Amino acid sequence: MIEVSHLTKRYGQHVAVEDLSFRIEPGKIYGFLGPNGAGKSTTMNIMTGCLAATSGTVTIDGHDIFEEPMEAKRRLGYLPEQPPVYGDMTVRDYLRFVAEAKRIPSRERRARVEAAMERTAIADVAPRLIRNLSKGYRQRVGLAQAILGEPKFIVLDEPTVGLDPKQIIEIRDLIKSLGREHTVLLSSHIMQEISAVCDDILIISHGRLVASGTPQELEERALHGRALALTVRGERPAVEAALAGAGVRLERVEPSRAEEGCLDLALEWAGEKDPREAVFYALAQARLPILSMSAERMTLEEVFLQMTQDAPQAAQNAPEEAADAPQAMQEKEAQDDGRNL
Amino acid sequence: MGAIYKRELKSYFTGMIGYAFIAAVLLFIGIYTTAYNLKYMYPMFEYVIDSSTILYVIVVPILTMRVLAEERRQKTDQLIYSLPLRLTDVVLGKYLAMVTLLAIPMAVISLYPLLLSRYGALSLGTAYSAIVGFFLLGCCLIAIGLFMSSVTDSQLIAAVASFAALILCFLMSGITQLLTTTAVASLVALTVVSLAVGIVVRLMTGSLSTALLAGLLCEVPLVGVYMVNPTVLEGAFAQILSALAVFDQLSNFLNGVFDLTAVVYFVSVTVLFLFFSVQSVEKRRWS
Repeated sequence: MIEVSHLTKRYGQHVAVEDLSFRIEPGKIYGFLGPNGAGKSTTMNIMTGCLAATSGTVTIDGHDIFEEPMEAKRRLGYLPEQPPVYGDMTVRDYLRFVAEAKRIPSRERRARVEAAMERTAIADVAPRLIRNLSKGYRQRVGLAQAILGEPKFIVLDEPTVGLDPKQIIEIRDLIKSLGREHTVLLSSHIMQEISAVCDDILIISHGRLVASGTPQELEERALHGRALALTVRGERPAVEAALAGAGVRLERVEPSRAEEGCLDLALEWAGEKDPREAVFYALAQARLPILSMSAERMTLEEVFLQMTQDAPQAAQNAPEEAADAPQAMQEKEAQDDGRNL
Repeated sequence: MGAIYKRELKSYFTGMIGYAFIAAVLLFIGIYTTAYNLKYMYPMFEYVIDSSTILYVIVVPILTMRVLAEERRQKTDQLIYSLPLRLTDVVLGKYLAMVTLLAIPMAVISLYPLLLSRYGALSLGTAYSAIVGFFLLGCCLIAIGLFMSSVTDSQLIAAVASFAALILCFLMSGITQLLTTTAVASLVALTVVSLAVGIVVRLMTGSLSTALLAGLLCEVPLVGVYMVNPTVLEGAFAQILSALAVFDQLSNFLNGVFDLTAVVYFVSVTVLFLFFSVQSVEKRRWS
């Protein structure tokens, strides 16, 4: 078990990680999710002994990473954001070096190295110099290094960044298969990736843990209400007045970006009764034409965005996430609409 | 330590740097051997060694510049930190790999006095004490270069800093002779040093009070000594500086004396800089 408790890391005035506590139980795949700059890499660097915390502790199976680094690090395999490979070594030599540094007995070394290469599908490039390999191969060499010696815990920082779609699927499958024998913690800023592989998700934002649980739990948490998205022609006070008796809560009202003189509304309702008709008649009576209306379920993606956007600086990080979001939302919407209507 | 040592040593020979280093040392010493021993027929190999020390000023920075700086730039330091390795072992492994590399041309050079002695009367004792001294000096300078490489992630800065440090050591005995030896001059110079200590402490810790304390700790005894007995300070600055003249420690070896004080000096400087390097690598985690 890895136990992180009250971890804080400050760089001068800037707080990268603030009072972060969580536990990693054996035998599961954990996803560490957060927008860029949320403190994922910092946390992982501290957990693996690459960085010292300002305060707080990390213990791995009861061994503090700073007090008993040798015992703790023996149980860890780490793939940092940038694969830590030596360009001037061949793949096989590099893995032999790591095997020796990990104190794998010399009798077993060869077999272990070959097994790790087999597993990450890099056996065909074993005699080549690492600097001549593509990014995807380097990433896999880094991964082979992390899993070498069968450590109990494997920490992977954004393992699929910079890979092509086929390689991403391969790496994901590999991570899933690793999850059968090892405890894996992987970080990502992409929701789909995490929900595709992980049993348990830790969402962090601005160095703080904002939510954790299985994908289902997180989804359920956000599904206590359902949402409606509308575009209405009219003024804000009139719209608010008209909707007052329709049994919905106005989540958001803002001028429409697509239509001149219109408002985009986001509505939520909690009860059993579908309020769409009520909304339609309420607005029709007030002579406020509805240009579009669609029912939305909150996807995990939106849960994530919602949770990480609450904090003040999130707006800066959001666009990148938001870029993937609409597409996912539309797909999901299309499915939901088919079901609901 | 073994894993790091093997990796480092191997990496010198997968690239150019190991061969280039050995070739440079052998070429330089070969030229002097040809000139002194073969052309002018001096029966003294120590002359060759004496003239060759400047070689270190050039080759040591080239050898040491990448050793820790490159790890940091390539981000392989994260691998080193996350592996179950002690940082002392890492630094020591890297250092010993460089020392081994230096030992290769030294082994070749060790044959020269034997060869030369077949054709004339050569004092083998003096020649070998000179070679041993030369090797120890090299080990000591490599430790200084290693430290310079540990403080930066740029190879260029590491090389320039090592070069500056080594050339300063090389020229130090000349510099000390230029200095006036009056007590006042020493006081002024040492005051400047105290100020520099304060500034360095301020930059490293960011705390003004610690810096003031460190500066005062150097300055107050100094002024005290000057008040009580100014003659103590006569030539003191020059003496302190001459302790930094690493290259000068070789002189007894060149005269055929196996100088234990110099051995202790070389070993102490080496251990000190290796310790600094470990601290500097350790400190990176705290930034």
